[in-house]
Amino acid sequence: MIRYVFNRFLHMVVSLFVLISATFFLMKAIPGDPFTAEKKIPEQILQRLYAQYNLDKPVFEQYLLYLKNILKGDLGISMKMLNQEVTNIISQTFSSSLKLGVVAIIVAVIVGVALGMLAALYHRKLIDNVAMVMAVLGIAVPSFVVASLLQYLLAYHWKIFPVMGFKGPMNYFLPVMALTASPIAVIARLTRSSMLEVLHSEYIKTAKAKGLSWFEIVSRHVLRNGILPVITYVGPMTANIITGSVVIEQIFGIGGIGKQFVQAINTRDYPIIMGITIFYGVILMVARFLTDVAYVAVDPRIKLAGRKGD
Amino acid sequence: MKKSKSLLLMIALVLVIGTVLAGCGGNNNANSGNAAATNAPSDNAGTNTGNTGGEKLAADQTLKINLSSEPPTFDPQQAQDSTSNAILKLMYEGLTRQNAETGQAEEGVAESWDISADGLVYTFHLRDSKWSNGDAVTANDFAFAWQRVLDPNAEQAAPYAYQLYYIKGAEDFNTGKITDFSQVGIKVTDEKTLEVTLANPTPYFLGLLSFYTYYPVHSSVKDNAKWATTVDTQITNGPFTLTEWTTGQSLAVTKNPSYYAADDIKAQQINFSIVNSGATELLSYKNGELDRAGGPIGEIPTEQLPIVEKEFPNEFSRKGIASVYYYQFNITEKPFTNAKIRKALAMAIERQPIIDNITLGGQLPAFGFVPTGIQSNEQEFRTAVADSQYFSEDLAAAKTLLDEGLKEEGLDKLSFTVTYNTSEGHQKIAVAIADQWKKALGVEVKLENKEWGVFIEDRHNLNYQVARAGWSADYNDPMTFLDMWVTGGGNNDSGYANPDYDKLIQEAKASADNAVRQEKFVAAEKILMDDMVVIPIYYYTNNSLTKEYLKGVTLDFSGAIDLSRAYLLEH
Repeated sequence: MIRYVFNRFLHMVVSLFVLISATFFLMKAIPGDPFTAEKKIPEQILQRLYAQYNLDKPVFEQYLLYLKNILKGDLGISMKMLNQEVTNIISQTFSSSLKLGVVAIIVAVIVGVALGMLAALYHRKLIDNVAMVMAVLGIAVPSFVVASLLQYLLAYHWKIFPVMGFKGPMNYFLPVMALTASPIAVIARLTRSSMLEVLHSEYIKTAKAKGLSWFEIVSRHVLRNGILPVITYVGPMTANIITGSVVIEQIFGIGGIGKQFVQAINTRDYPIIMGITIFYGVILMVARFLTDVAYVAVDPRIKLAGRKGD
Repeated sequence: MKKSKSLLLMIALVLVIGTVLAGCGGNNNANSGNAAATNAPSDNAGTNTGNTGGEKLAADQTLKINLSSEPPTFDPQQAQDSTSNAILKLMYEGLTRQNAETGQAEEGVAESWDISADGLVYTFHLRDSKWSNGDAVTANDFAFAWQRVLDPNAEQAAPYAYQLYYIKGAEDFNTGKITDFSQVGIKVTDEKTLEVTLANPTPYFLGLLSFYTYYPVHSSVKDNAKWATTVDTQITNGPFTLTEWTTGQSLAVTKNPSYYAADDIKAQQINFSIVNSGATELLSYKNGELDRAGGPIGEIPTEQLPIVEKEFPNEFSRKGIASVYYYQFNITEKPFTNAKIRKALAMAIERQPIIDNITLGGQLPAFGFVPTGIQSNEQEFRTAVADSQYFSEDLAAAKTLLDEGLKEEGLDKLSFTVTYNTSEGHQKIAVAIADQWKKALGVEVKLENKEWGVFIEDRHNLNYQVARAGWSADYNDPMTFLDMWVTGGGNNDSGYANPDYDKLIQEAKASADNAVRQEKFVAAEKILMDDMVVIPIYYYTNNSLTKEYLKGVTLDFSGAIDLSRAYLLEH
């Protein structure tokens, strides 16, 4: 286990280094800089701004400087949001994305697994059909359509929830619904198919023959085995959701990290682009690591040590 | 077995419903939270219950407005965008402020001023006014703020420093040619008197003083580079102070009781949401979550404009603003070195159909470069000088002119690329214009869209043939549009160089006589249009929706919004 964690950590450091380097040079390769504007800044003032942010140095030197600062844990200062530290901006915007994301993940897993279970237990019955039609819709309809539709019906037409904002619990409903439509669908389908498979396996028959109650069989054997594929999916989904959905954040007016990232790219705010990229990288790697650990917890047949090649 | 199966069904249902209910449980908190928030400002509501001309003011003077982008800074000397402008106008006041009705500069922190006969020396007499922390606002605060802008060794260079180049010695100090600030024409005679010497007579200088780069800042900012990044460290002298700010989410300003004209300010608090989606903004407005929607700080989706105009005739308003949308040529490369070809293209665009079908905002077809709303010689420039005299849409004449031009260039047909920055609106206009050109002139037009940063970079580097562009006013004078096309001008990215034109602009700059300036401007604009360096397409309008109970919101000539005098009626 320790060896596994250590390997995994080394892996992460190397990946991060590659990520940082690639992003840095690609970002610099895009024409334009943070001070590009329709109304041109006079040359002398521009040169001073460049000097202030080290943009006057050769790109490779800037890169080394950046690496040096990163090692010190310094992500720098935004070039567009004046004098604001990148770490502050990330922590502020991420806290919104995280709050929304955690709620969305919990809702997605609970509703998704419950729907999938129902569908499997009532295979080919009405519940199954309804759940699967919903699942297909959830996957097929893009989230911005769901979001606009929810906004129009639940906020504007029926006036149940506010259209936008992120102040109170009422503000969570619409974005959570829009954000979870597709994950719920995927989880429901995964749960259903793997549960169906398990339900027909030999050991369930054995369990039945042993005289275990139906409830016990489902909760102890079926669910536990049937949930494995869901875990595989939930790891990346978690990373995906908590890093903020640009579309959902735009539509519902949530000051999250996804919105910030896109804005930073549009304005060439180099330190924020780098900061958020690194942050995303770390989250994704941690999520993958946790997924692997969760596998072991659920299925003792899987051994972490056996995954050396990873 | 049947029984346990239904038990499981129950559990599943409970889980689903439970999740929903768990959310609903928080519902009450939301309401009480909101109530607390709205109660706070009404503590002061006692001051506004008076009637004004039969209008009954609402007890709760909390305005709700959306910003489509977050102000990048709250530092007046660093700002350079319209959102910061709107917020800073609430927080600060310069020596002058703009009168909402007339657009003229009127007394701000300065209660009076004397101007020397040659129009070069301004002596400002400051009124007794206070910063939000109770300190007196003095002439030193202005000198300090302006030195911050111009200081070449400032920790943070001010991008808009050139807005102060009208002051004698300012440019030299800013570019390091002189190092002694006392040589710059800014002199503090005493606490309440500021003497400013200009490089050239600048008739619009009083107007410039109401611009944010000229706002004073409190001397406490000197030792704190991050003062404008936190709410507590911002001491302001305007009608409001910043009281709440969540990055990317919302901000709020609250009435500043220390403001000298606090009696004129009826709003207690203005809550701004930061949402960059026109559709969401419009829906929130319709739902009563916002008191105002639309430009210049918000957005209504273009395709919705004709609909809301009909649906809310009493709330919809449209105002011409001093900005122009145009196509410009790279005139350093063939075939656009030929003025006849350029002019033919300008004459072959039918502007009204583009406005009626694409831009939908009631924009005005443009045939000149100085837009509506710009004042000169005591009247509106565009009213005094009709742009129809420069050229007109004439497809047949355009075709003849094009053929002549092509013959001069030894070409038999014309094909070129139009570049625009990625945006649905620009794309639609480009497609329409390309189509009009193709039909009227038989030219081959390729369209190319580029991401904003790339686009601007290429345009500045003359790496284009025909490009879309827009220009808005920095101050209320034709100069803000015309001086950009002088030879080698920082914003002249067409390669245009005409000594006659340069001479006219130089003469207008040196003159304090409005009639002479007017004459030079007209002559200069005529040259610009005869040479057809740019094809004007339309003059911008600002479209917005304002609830009937929200009063006192004004837009100036440039479309900048002033919310400081806004208030709510009972509704």
